[in-house]
Amino acid sequence: MSNEIIIQGPNVAHTIEGATEHHGHEHHEQHFIWKYIFSQDHKVIGKQFLVTGIIWAIIGALFSVFFRLQLGFPDSTFPIMEKFLGEWAKGGKLSPEFYYALITMHGTILVFFVLTAGLSGTFANILIPLQIGARDMASPFMNMLSYWFFFLASVFMFISLFVETGPASGGWTTYPPLSALKEASIGSGVGMDLWLIGMALFVISSLLGGLNYITTILNMRTKGMTMTRLPLTIWALFFTAVLGVLSFPVLFSGVVLLIFDRNFGTSFYLSEIFIGGKALPHIGGSAILYQHLFWFLGHPEVYIIMLPGMGMASEILSNNSRKPIFGYFAMVISLIGITVLAFLVWAHHMFVTGMSPFLGSIFVLLTLLIAVPSAVKVFNWLTTIWRGNIRFSVGMLFALGFVSMFISGGLTGIFLGNSALDIHLHDTYFVVAHFHIVMGVSAFFGMFAGVYHWFPKMFGRFMNNTLGYIHFFVTFAGAYLIFWPMHYEGIAGMPRRYYDYSAWESFKQFQNLNAFISIVAIVVFFAQLLFVLNFFTSIWRGRKVTVQNPWGSPTLEWTTPIRPGHGNWVGEIPEVHRWAYDYKDDGNGNDFIPQTTPLRPGEEAH
Amino acid sequence: MSGFITIALIILVFIIIYQIGKASEYAGVIRGEEKVKAQTNRTIGWLLLAFFILGLYGIWVCHQLLKDKMLPESASVEGVNYDSMFSATMWVTGIVFFATQALLFWFAFRYQSTEKRKPYFLAHNNKLELIWTTIPAIAMAALVAVGLRNWMNITSEAPKNSQVVEIVGKQFNWLIRYPGKDGVLGKRDFRNIDDANNILGLDWKDKDNQDDIIVQNGELHLIIGRPVKLIIGSRDVIHDVGLAHFRFKMDAVPGIVTTLWFTPKYTSEQMKKMTGNPDFVYEISCDQMCGKGHYSMRGTVIVQTQAEYDTWMASQPSYYSGNNPDAKTTAPAADAKPQQKTDSVKAITMK
Ligand code: HEM
Ligand SMILES: [Cu+2]
Ligand SMILES: [Cu+2]
Repeated sequence: MSNEIIIQGPNVAHTIEGATEHHGHEHHEQHFIWKYIFSQDHKVIGKQFLVTGIIWAIIGALFSVFFRLQLGFPDSTFPIMEKFLGEWAKGGKLSPEFYYALITMHGTILVFFVLTAGLSGTFANILIPLQIGARDMASPFMNMLSYWFFFLASVFMFISLFVETGPASGGWTTYPPLSALKEASIGSGVGMDLWLIGMALFVISSLLGGLNYITTILNMRTKGMTMTRLPLTIWALFFTAVLGVLSFPVLFSGVVLLIFDRNFGTSFYLSEIFIGGKALPHIGGSAILYQHLFWFLGHPEVYIIMLPGMGMASEILSNNSRKPIFGYFAMVISLIGITVLAFLVWAHHMFVTGMSPFLGSIFVLLTLLIAVPSAVKVFNWLTTIWRGNIRFSVGMLFALGFVSMFISGGLTGIFLGNSALDIHLHDTYFVVAHFHIVMGVSAFFGMFAGVYHWFPKMFGRFMNNTLGYIHFFVTFAGAYLIFWPMHYEGIAGMPRRYYDYSAWESFKQFQNLNAFISIVAIVVFFAQLLFVLNFFTSIWRGRKVTVQNPWGSPTLEWTTPIRPGHGNWVGEIPEVHRWAYDYKDDGNGNDFIPQTTPLRPGEEAH
Repeated sequence: MSGFITIALIILVFIIIYQIGKASEYAGVIRGEEKVKAQTNRTIGWLLLAFFILGLYGIWVCHQLLKDKMLPESASVEGVNYDSMFSATMWVTGIVFFATQALLFWFAFRYQSTEKRKPYFLAHNNKLELIWTTIPAIAMAALVAVGLRNWMNITSEAPKNSQVVEIVGKQFNWLIRYPGKDGVLGKRDFRNIDDANNILGLDWKDKDNQDDIIVQNGELHLIIGRPVKLIIGSRDVIHDVGLAHFRFKMDAVPGIVTTLWFTPKYTSEQMKKMTGNPDFVYEISCDQMCGKGHYSMRGTVIVQTQAEYDTWMASQPSYYSGNNPDAKTTAPAADAKPQQKTDSVKAITMK
């Protein structure tokens, strides 16, 4: 890593630092509000998404601590819970109604507000302009709106936590009729309306963001930055945005129809229902229609969550192995494969809804097909680190953990995707284990990897390494301890979303295991607080970055000043001459060549 | 008070860990950054290797602890195929799991950074890509083939001699209807439902209903060796008939009828002996989130010999007799709402 920049590090850094200061001065007139709140700078917007996401993550994780207490210790009371939840946990015992509200909001918050907005909102914003060589997004204003719609959606969701009848409580998938009828559940009252409004706003935010990301990547690449020279992060964020733009509108329609059924007497999803002592007038709707609409988004959604992590892991694995990513084109093609197939597998969530078995067979085929591009990616990652010169930065560890978790969770998808096996496993803890490992933990690892790796770019400081290592090992071990045994519970048929298993002859033998899982979950929760502590203290007190390119990376974001101002580059935007993974001997003792270095005479482009 | 102490302790631990983190950062500066980095790298390499080995050990321990808590062998004939397909899939995925995880941790450890190491700048190799595209594709094709064969079998038409039973979910219990002597389930309509005297909304004008039997305690009585076809419905929200011991489940959706069939293989009594658990019962769990009582929506399956079943059945009064004292003259349409007399209504017919 002893490259030129490091050799003359202090000098270079100094001039650059000076330039930024200067740049900052020009904008000094800019009011705080326009600079940090209603900012149109993609980097600031990215940080806004990240901080909002972190706040949501703490709330969502705290909810899981509450309901894990109930699951682990159904016979005990926890007075502290009453302090937080008041009426809902009278005497320190969670009520079933609020248990269901908590799991519903936990899922909604983590899937949408953290792992969608918090993840791709953050990294698409920070990385796209910096890595493709643009001064900002195609439409900085729309980009700002995207954040503020997200903020508004957050406000509605947050308010819904405090209404008298409680927040939505029909599961994060909110299937009608349960979610449509106030008589069916108290959570289907005002809380549900707020949930639906919140989600509708969320969709708008996501569309505004996504369209911007796509346009920016297609049109604003700097000179010489052909599509095949893009870092894989950008490819991944590109397909993430494509998935979102094509599938979120379908969720939107599903949500709107549900609002109609709830408030205006339509019968899109309702038919032949007797509830609350009377027969309802609705005839002819289909509850299954909602599930089709929901999962048409819902499955692409899981890849919306997964792809950014895949892109960042590719980047970080290659960078810290000091080796080019293996199989760049195979990686791009498998991303395309995953994107296309992601639209064609949604009904694997509905094998046991009474759907036509023939249709089911088609979805089995397409679902297992998606395992092929997934496998290709895993093998390429493995070959990338093979015979590398691996530097265990915290980001690298999380990227390795990402691969490990993706393997574990992807393999259980093969069980679930086969309808003949799903018919027993559906809606058991096996599914809970599957998607927490592959989506929950793996995507979080991708996100952590990205945060640790690009923190120096975001704030001009490093996060603390020791705390990072502790965070990694506790989380990695904890995640396996929590979710590995859940597969056993699921294979034994233990249903998910149960408040208490003690009355069940078939499931009560897992009581001790549930207690164990709860304890580990609480430990892991505190380990995440360690991350939060590290994150916020490092913003102001972390070790300063003194060199422009601390990780020795060929990509463009490291050619900007250490603390880039709005506009990113001080002078001209640099021109690109080579691909993003040009790790090789540059003849001067460096093991990489920046994208901005022209090809040497006689050197072949990748 | 104890809550306060706990919180104070947690905060203390946080401060200590944070200080350690900070201190190690300064130590790094004092002792020479490069040297500390190299040392840390080595330590992390060992930790990863240790993680992998402990992980393997953990998997083994987990298996030892839990294997006796799992389901007994399949209680349905069709579930036998399920179990074998499950273990085949387990073998395939298990091998891939151990191979890839081993490579991941081994590469990380083996190729950790050292002064001397020169990375091997390999960027692509189409032959390798081809191999690891084809092999998973073939493996998946094989799994799909087995899966679809089993799927076709279990979703095919129920055998002609099947016993037919209707099971209807409502918040939060199961109602079970047997067709009675005529072997036919009569028509029902949700607008006839009355919790007091017609919980399933049977249409009393349909004579086939008069001998139908409704069991309200959630007991599903089945006959060993005789296929059973379940007619599944719901009165209110979506539920799901979960039959873990039989390796089946199917949603109960208001407005549509779903079905499921299987053949019970062991009586409840036999199962008690096989599991050595005198309290053993086959349970029906609701497997689709249905409201605050979801976790308590429990039914049971009682598999009996034909003789035991016949005796039990003979003791069950028809629902009609219990709820229509002078049946002939009652006007069942009385509680139907007049404004809903449209013809397009799909009355649920099981005939
Ligand atoms: C090899 C690839 C995968 C296959 C074959 C697969 C298959 C499946 C199937 C069939 C289900 C439905 C199970 C059921 O409800 O009975 C499922 C559930 C789920 N999967 Fe995957 N999956 C794969 C990868 C992923 C990835 C990469 C993610 C996320 C990033 C993911 C997230 C989820 C989620 C969130 C659910 C549960 C949703 C719910 O019911 O609440 N899966 N998966
Ligand atoms: Cu899916
Ligand atoms: Cu239910």
